[in-house]
Amino acid sequence: MNELSSPRAAALRATRSPLVDCDIHPRLRSPADLKPYLTERWWQHWQSYGYRRRHGFVKGHPFPKAHPVDGMRRDSFPPDGSMPGSDLDFMRAQYLDPCGVTHGVMNVLSPTGAGETNAEFSAAMASAANDWQVEAWTRREPRLHASICVPYEDPEASVREIRRRADDPSFCQILLLSRTAEALGRRRYWPIYAAAEEVGLPIGIHVFGYSGHAATNTGWPSFYIEEMAEHGTSCSALLTSFVMEGVFERFPKLKLVLIEAGFGWLPSLAWRLDKVWARMRDEVPHVIRPPSEILKTHLWVTTQPMEEPDPPKPQHLLDTMGWIGWDRIMFASDYPHWDFDDPDRAIPPMLDPATKARIRHGNAEAVYDFARRR
Amino acid sequence: MAEKHVVSRVAEIPPGGRKLVTVRDRAIVVFNVHGQFVALNDRCPHGGGSLSCGVLTGLVGSDGPGRYRYTRRGEILRCPWHAWEFDLLTGRSICDPARVKTRQWRVSAEPGATLMEGPYVAETFPVTVEEDYVVVEA
Repeated sequence: MNELSSPRAAALRATRSPLVDCDIHPRLRSPADLKPYLTERWWQHWQSYGYRRRHGFVKGHPFPKAHPVDGMRRDSFPPDGSMPGSDLDFMRAQYLDPCGVTHGVMNVLSPTGAGETNAEFSAAMASAANDWQVEAWTRREPRLHASICVPYEDPEASVREIRRRADDPSFCQILLLSRTAEALGRRRYWPIYAAAEEVGLPIGIHVFGYSGHAATNTGWPSFYIEEMAEHGTSCSALLTSFVMEGVFERFPKLKLVLIEAGFGWLPSLAWRLDKVWARMRDEVPHVIRPPSEILKTHLWVTTQPMEEPDPPKPQHLLDTMGWIGWDRIMFASDYPHWDFDDPDRAIPPMLDPATKARIRHGNAEAVYDFARRR
Repeated sequence: MAEKHVVSRVAEIPPGGRKLVTVRDRAIVVFNVHGQFVALNDRCPHGGGSLSCGVLTGLVGSDGPGRYRYTRRGEILRCPWHAWEFDLLTGRSICDPARVKTRQWRVSAEPGATLMEGPYVAETFPVTVEEDYVVVEA
């Protein structure tokens, strides 16, 4: 990212395959960016009462993020000092152009109404965030694709928002967060999956969000570092819920993308699910295939944050990726967050060019219908 | 054969300061650590972040819960991306010093009068006998 003028960098660029980034985070310059897309009633509500997220604090996060402004790369503030991810031209200059991004999937994390307890406010914010993505981003930059923000704790309102956006080719998936009021496989969320299948869009689940419960199932963590390491366990529970509730039997065309959850934990989860399913499947007779086979059919994962086991022994990482499946892993950068992965460095260098190309773009092109934009 | 590149006036990089320079198409960041100049590639050996945007910090050590000491103030650089930390005086990673280190370059402060005897490369500004300069060998 910082040797771009060198002959070596030029040679690298010339040999790159296309790149799909499954996790880019645009951000508002200020709350006023959403004002044009909110009714006066909801704008005033937001200004007067703010959010009521599903955690016990009035503002912000229940734990300090390690970096300034929600964990941003310290070099990602645009020259005018505005928020990282808020300036399209700077995003192009710092990331999209030099790293050779062909398609970028945007996941707006906040403010989108996600997890907001006021149901109508949640729906209004989700819709405003979707309007903003189109007007401020996808309309101006054809490489970027939006994710439909939905007020997921209100599935009926979510379905209305999905149907409202489905014909707009700016949108390539439906976005949920991983920490929700109930396990995401539960029937209360099924209308969202029915709508996803109906309109033919994948469900992307990005980690974080506030469930109202402790992030771990043994209580509240003391440190941010625990929060960061916890995604594997909550996403294990989430996938177990999807499989055992029979979501994929009911919605056989559903595609699920797990974003920023890591993946080192996934093979052991699948082995354990297969083992218990073989012995106790009469409890869940609607689950008619081995869980590992269900996951290999319906689930994709993204790279960032890449596992980094035993740096001198990359075989451990390669084995893990192979168990998950070389057709199931897609590159993600998390730009502009602090744990950003550089696409030229994050994908294991010892992979053959064809496998690298699948991770860089081939697998994502099979999941997302980017051609809708043309 | 390394050449001497004049990259800055000494006064431009006070103790605790830094300057990003380009030497032979290579981005190099020069730090002044308590009066000693250190030059390293502007590229983190872990994930490729731009070290010139990193935070200059110290080392928090502990010999048990509830006890800590803050040492090495201004000698530790934290990468702006994944927060890998490097000892500026050795270039080595704090958490994995045996395997991970930043590429360092020879750097020194030299009086203009000495430089005038040559040979040296100064691409961006004239060198005069009155001032002192930071010289990177690359």
